[in-house]
Amino acid sequence: MNTLFADSRPGRTAVLPKQPQHKAADMLPANLLRHAKPRLPELSELGVVRHFTRLSHRNYSVDANFYPLGSCTMKYNAKFMEAVAALPGFTSLHPLMGQMQGASQYTQGALEVLWDMEHLLCELTGMKAFTLQPMAGAQGEFTGVMLIAAYHRDKGNKKTKILIPDAAHGTNPASAALAGYEVVNIPSKDGMVDPEALEAALDDDVAALMMTCPNTLGLFENHLPVIVEKLRRVDALLYYDGANMNAIMGKMRVGDAGFDVVHLNLHKTLGTPHGGGGPGSGPVGVSSRLEPFLPVSRVEKQPSGEFSLSYDKPKSIGYIAPFYGNFGVVLKAYAYLLRLGTSGVTRASEYAVLNANYLRKKLETILDIPYNRICMHEFVASAPEGTRALDIAKGMLDCGVHAPTVYFPLIVPECLMFEPTETESKETLDLLADQLAAIVKAPDLPNAPFHTPVRRLDETFAARTMVLTEDMES
Amino acid sequence: MPYIPHTQDETSAMLNAVGVRTLDDLFADIPAQLRPQNFHLREGMSEMDVCAKMEDLAARNNAKVISFLGAGFYDHHIPKAVDALASRGEFLTAYTPYQPEVSQGTLQAIFEFQTSICRLLEMDCANASVYDGGSALFEASMMAIRQTKRHKLVVDEAVNPIWRTMLTSYTSNLSLDLVIIPHSNGVSDQKALMAAVDESCAAVIVQNPNFFGAVDDFTALFEHARAKGALGVISVYPVMQAVLKTPGEMKADIAVADGQGLGLPLSFGGPYLGIMTCSKALVRQIPGRIVGRTKDVDGNTGYVLTLQAREQHIRRAKATSNICSNQALCALRSLIHMSLLGPEGLTRTAELGMENARYAAQQLSALPGVRLLNNAPYGNELALVLPVNAERIVNMLASKACVPGFPVGRYYAGMENVLLVACTEKNSREQIGILAEMMGIALRDAAVSEGA
Repeated sequence: MNTLFADSRPGRTAVLPKQPQHKAADMLPANLLRHAKPRLPELSELGVVRHFTRLSHRNYSVDANFYPLGSCTMKYNAKFMEAVAALPGFTSLHPLMGQMQGASQYTQGALEVLWDMEHLLCELTGMKAFTLQPMAGAQGEFTGVMLIAAYHRDKGNKKTKILIPDAAHGTNPASAALAGYEVVNIPSKDGMVDPEALEAALDDDVAALMMTCPNTLGLFENHLPVIVEKLRRVDALLYYDGANMNAIMGKMRVGDAGFDVVHLNLHKTLGTPHGGGGPGSGPVGVSSRLEPFLPVSRVEKQPSGEFSLSYDKPKSIGYIAPFYGNFGVVLKAYAYLLRLGTSGVTRASEYAVLNANYLRKKLETILDIPYNRICMHEFVASAPEGTRALDIAKGMLDCGVHAPTVYFPLIVPECLMFEPTETESKETLDLLADQLAAIVKAPDLPNAPFHTPVRRLDETFAARTMVLTEDMES
Repeated sequence: MPYIPHTQDETSAMLNAVGVRTLDDLFADIPAQLRPQNFHLREGMSEMDVCAKMEDLAARNNAKVISFLGAGFYDHHIPKAVDALASRGEFLTAYTPYQPEVSQGTLQAIFEFQTSICRLLEMDCANASVYDGGSALFEASMMAIRQTKRHKLVVDEAVNPIWRTMLTSYTSNLSLDLVIIPHSNGVSDQKALMAAVDESCAAVIVQNPNFFGAVDDFTALFEHARAKGALGVISVYPVMQAVLKTPGEMKADIAVADGQGLGLPLSFGGPYLGIMTCSKALVRQIPGRIVGRTKDVDGNTGYVLTLQAREQHIRRAKATSNICSNQALCALRSLIHMSLLGPEGLTRTAELGMENARYAAQQLSALPGVRLLNNAPYGNELALVLPVNAERIVNMLASKACVPGFPVGRYYAGMENVLLVACTEKNSREQIGILAEMMGIALRDAAVSEGA
């Protein structure tokens, strides 16, 4: 398929604002101006529409395809959520209006959404306060680690290390390192954090342990109460990576379980669309001892019922987002929570876990399942003898199903991680089992896929030749 | 049950296949003491009722306010085709393109975005986006620190204070030396910047137009930085880049921006678009996803995520950044926007804003006691000195549904009388006339009450 640049024709225009009365050269001296107009695409509006419509046909998407991607929670993205986020009363608001006393009256609806969302997330997780500023899960992790650092600094504790299980998502150690901590890996035992390994690594230098629960193998970390108690003894905090929250809504509140800081992924658990790689949103919840350190601004409700923004938080870690977070994403997740309510989110987790266990049973004779017992919302499998996870993944693409997560977590060989989510039907799962039964026996599997818009791509060639823009093509 | 397709019969059959009796049996691993004592979110609502509630909340904001607010985030016209194309389910509900064979739509769009942004800024390479302009500035700083192995950053005080606050917040646990060079009446003090850039400096960071709207040329500063082994980092406003001297022409090493002005609504603070570009020499230091062109086994052209050894899912603690999800859909919107406007449309957009700003400057500086902050060249935004506290004037006009601009005293001590006024192609001469009239009245009333 042609690029926009191949389809450009000099002088072709699509959307043209009116002719200004002055040119830039009349308004600014020549040494401050660029030498030539930017070489942006020049197409007609129909040309642009055709280009992107045809491009869209070269994508899989939840709307069209099953995505059993572990730790991604690719559930259905409800269309009404898009509609509410597009309301002009929200989209047209300049964020600075909320900060000026005279103008904040025009932003009361938006401020109420922020305030109410924080309360809903507190109720969902059992945490005492939330910030909606982090603009993705990884940024939520970074924020959480900065809050931990602020807590220890405030107490005069000298802590240099953060403990992270070897099964953790890569963003955990990356975020800890970015916040200036040394990362110490904790090996798993029977697929879970081993309290003995934890004890061995715990000393007064440890600021926190970062955990995912259920973990990335889909198993509930049932040593949790022992872990909480061990950490308390050295004043180390417990961080919850909420990527797998879809398994436990209504079944466990992490705040009640002793976690000090939590991040959620709204583009996973609360069904906002993935967008091909964002925008996401990674709100962070805290226990009361971390509340003073939350980023500013904080939304407050006055006795009059009016909402306002407060910056008067002397212990705050400052700004994580330029304003209040990815408001357009928060709006969608807020609408989702209002729609589902208590029973809806509980049911979502129940069926997420049912679907995962049902799929696991259907696949137990087809793939090697290392922890073949009741799992939570996801489970891991190894490609059977004689096959590779990569090839099975490519074989699934030919069946119209997106591959599961592959080669993660690192502790399972030829790993395939399946998370069906609650919005998939029984027949979709039955069909996948039949498809996989055929795939693992396919003679030319290493050459799959055969029926996708392009076939296997040469990634080595890409890295070596580094054509990252049209103009780098020699 | 919203969005759950299972019938009663299917649920029973599945529970049977798994070997449990009830749904609750599946949660046996959660010990009783960890179950919630209370869990009362709210009653769920029908789609109809949620929509009504959200419409009510939206209506409690005022979309009809006449606004001259900028300060880094601008109200531009967004052609409807942007919404129509970006909201296609195949883009909206797609996953990160880790399986390139079924993600060529997303991947080719990112490649085209990288190309377009590089051409707009005249830089060699771009990534697929980071969160916003502030995190882009932070990531650029970290690139410079990794590349030069130095720990000092020289930052122009005229860089957006919101982003400078983010930079301070993000780096507070790293042993860095952030040297802020005061501006000179809203203009960058290039002499002081040059003097501060020495062999211990990783990068010098400036913005064009700067926060006060002033337009400048940093070519000499970047040349000086290069001679000292430091990197030149510039933050720009993409719409104005249609006409302004480019980071490429100034020989910047890294150019960043917030792409909100390219097809993203203001949306009360986000989602926005962090743009990062750099010279080819620095590409292995740039964080985030990058798309490259290659061929498949049949020789057909295709696109893949490349140079992934920089990223968190490979390098973990040693990654260039922790970023995973970025702002892919926002980058797509900006690409569609740039494609619809093209070079001519984006140029006209910049020029219309500049024209309107000059008309506003003329009308407002004719008011008694009001003058321009400085004589510097400006783009579509400028700073005015009022005879009274600027925030007070803003509040007075805001009560009449006109927000005249941003009072910079919130971030710059001693500048409480300074108002930052931005114009785009959406502000008509009529609106600017109303603004001038209302401000005239407000200044008179303020003077009277101050005299009283």
